[in-house]
Amino acid sequence: MASADPVIRFRDVSKSFRRPDGRGDFVAVDKLSFEIGKGEIVAVLGKTGCGKSTMFNIVAGLIEPSSGEARVIGHDPFREFAFFRGKIGIVFQNDRLMPWRSALDNVRLGLQILDTDAGHANESARQWLMRLGLSGHENDYPHALSGGMRQRVSIARAFAVDPEILLCDEPFSSLDEMTARDLRAEFVRLVRLNNKTAVFITHQINEAMEIGDRVLVFHHPARIAYETRLDASTSEEKRRTMHDDIMRVLSVEQAPT
Amino acid sequence: MTNSRTMRVLQAVAGMVVLAAGWQILSYVFSHYLFPPVPEIISRTIEVLITGSLLVDVLLTAGRIFGGLFGAFILGSILALVIGQSKTAENFIAPVLTFFQGIPALSWVVFAIIWFHGIEFRVLFIMVMTTLPAFTFQILDAFRSMSKDLFEMTMAFRPSRWTLFRFLIVPTIVPGILTAWKVNLGNAARVVVVAELVGATGGVGYQLLRQQQLFDMAGAMAWTLQLVLFVLVVQQTINAIENWALRYRAVSERAM
Ligand SMILES: Nc1ncnc2c1ncn2[C@@H]1O[C@H](COP(=O)(O)OP(=O)(O)O)[C@@H](O)[C@H]1O
Ligand SMILES: [Mg+2]
Repeated sequence: MASADPVIRFRDVSKSFRRPDGRGDFVAVDKLSFEIGKGEIVAVLGKTGCGKSTMFNIVAGLIEPSSGEARVIGHDPFREFAFFRGKIGIVFQNDRLMPWRSALDNVRLGLQILDTDAGHANESARQWLMRLGLSGHENDYPHALSGGMRQRVSIARAFAVDPEILLCDEPFSSLDEMTARDLRAEFVRLVRLNNKTAVFITHQINEAMEIGDRVLVFHHPARIAYETRLDASTSEEKRRTMHDDIMRVLSVEQAPT
Repeated sequence: MTNSRTMRVLQAVAGMVVLAAGWQILSYVFSHYLFPPVPEIISRTIEVLITGSLLVDVLLTAGRIFGGLFGAFILGSILALVIGQSKTAENFIAPVLTFFQGIPALSWVVFAIIWFHGIEFRVLFIMVMTTLPAFTFQILDAFRSMSKDLFEMTMAFRPSRWTLFRFLIVPTIVPGILTAWKVNLGNAARVVVVAELVGATGGVGYQLLRQQQLFDMAGAMAWTLQLVLFVLVVQQTINAIENWALRYRAVSERAM
């Protein structure tokens, strides 16, 4: 595969769900097309209910598109289930830690599933906890950790398997702004340092602009309504314009019915 | 914590002491063959425990309880697995189990005597049939309590079926299964003495029947206490296992 090939490619991907009352289908993702290249950090922005998580679940291979083609590293994430072992790391909105496992054992989970040698898994999990500032908490159970610490553990768990792609679905939205800002910076640093590709879903404009090299704004139901690129050299003024543009696009979007 | 625990034990003991005192008073009022004095009951209970030939009957009954529960647990797990996989299977099996739940233990005794010959097989059959429905439903509940969030999180790592079972399913269902064992143990201990009426020539049920024929109230009490003590000991053991297996849980300092 040539290095220019996109890591994630959606072509006219649609996903509809049966309505709970059985009266027809409900479209959550509507002919969505986009490409994400290696090493990119892409923020996906959209209102609640516009289909961001549905797109995310398709990339993660947890659900299958109703039509269209989704490819991750050139493969079908839903059909080629086993191919993606160890290739995708996920951080969910809630930490999803196993309450019966200590912080260290939660970080080790992915490595254990990948059959990594126990000694190595232990060492690697320990190091990831350290990188996320949780040394000394290895043996704590989730209930004894704060919300921010638990989300740090779940970030460590996603990075520990050394995946090519990191997927995050509003991972910091339930944390206070101070903690969220620290973790955002930490996350971007780790993604760059380890040369990962990342998709970061959010419903906050500031968060999207702080994290992404590229921001995709979703229409409701999900398809691209607006797209922009930015980096460290993007001027304050240009950022303000972008922010206003995004605001306008989002406010045109009707609220979910 | 320790204090409230000591308190609980003291209260439990106090309740039993009041009960024993009431009984003792009755033994002064009525003839001893109706209400034998408490010390006599205690000494008869201890006698059973330290006399090898009598203790064998207790162990035999304990074995029957465990055998029945183990059989119901295995069968119930299989049924729960089948029901959990398909709604159609549930629609077929669940009503049958509910129907079984309504059949009295004594009816199973009659069926077992008519259908089967071997005593132990009859007892096993009765024990399994009477505990199977509740066991199955409880195991099913344990399965269904599995968190969808944790399931998706684990699936994202692409585990094999066996790994998924080991890392997610077992830890999720263990609390429910321990509870199911505790509940069914109590039921099984009550059913086993009835089941032993199929012609068993040993066991607590057989001994109780003999005490009735001898009109020996102290003996009847002594044998009843064997079962009660047995259930208490096993339940405490399961509690200990539970406390160990669920040690990760947050303990609330405020009692409810
Ligand atoms: N499994 C499902 N079954 C039915 N409807 C669903 C399902 N998952 C999502 N939806 C619907 O699809 C729409 C988009 O949901 P989601 O992707 O979670 O939005 P977002 O993450 O952007 O808030 C919502 O209206 C939601 O109710
Ligand atoms: Mg969502």
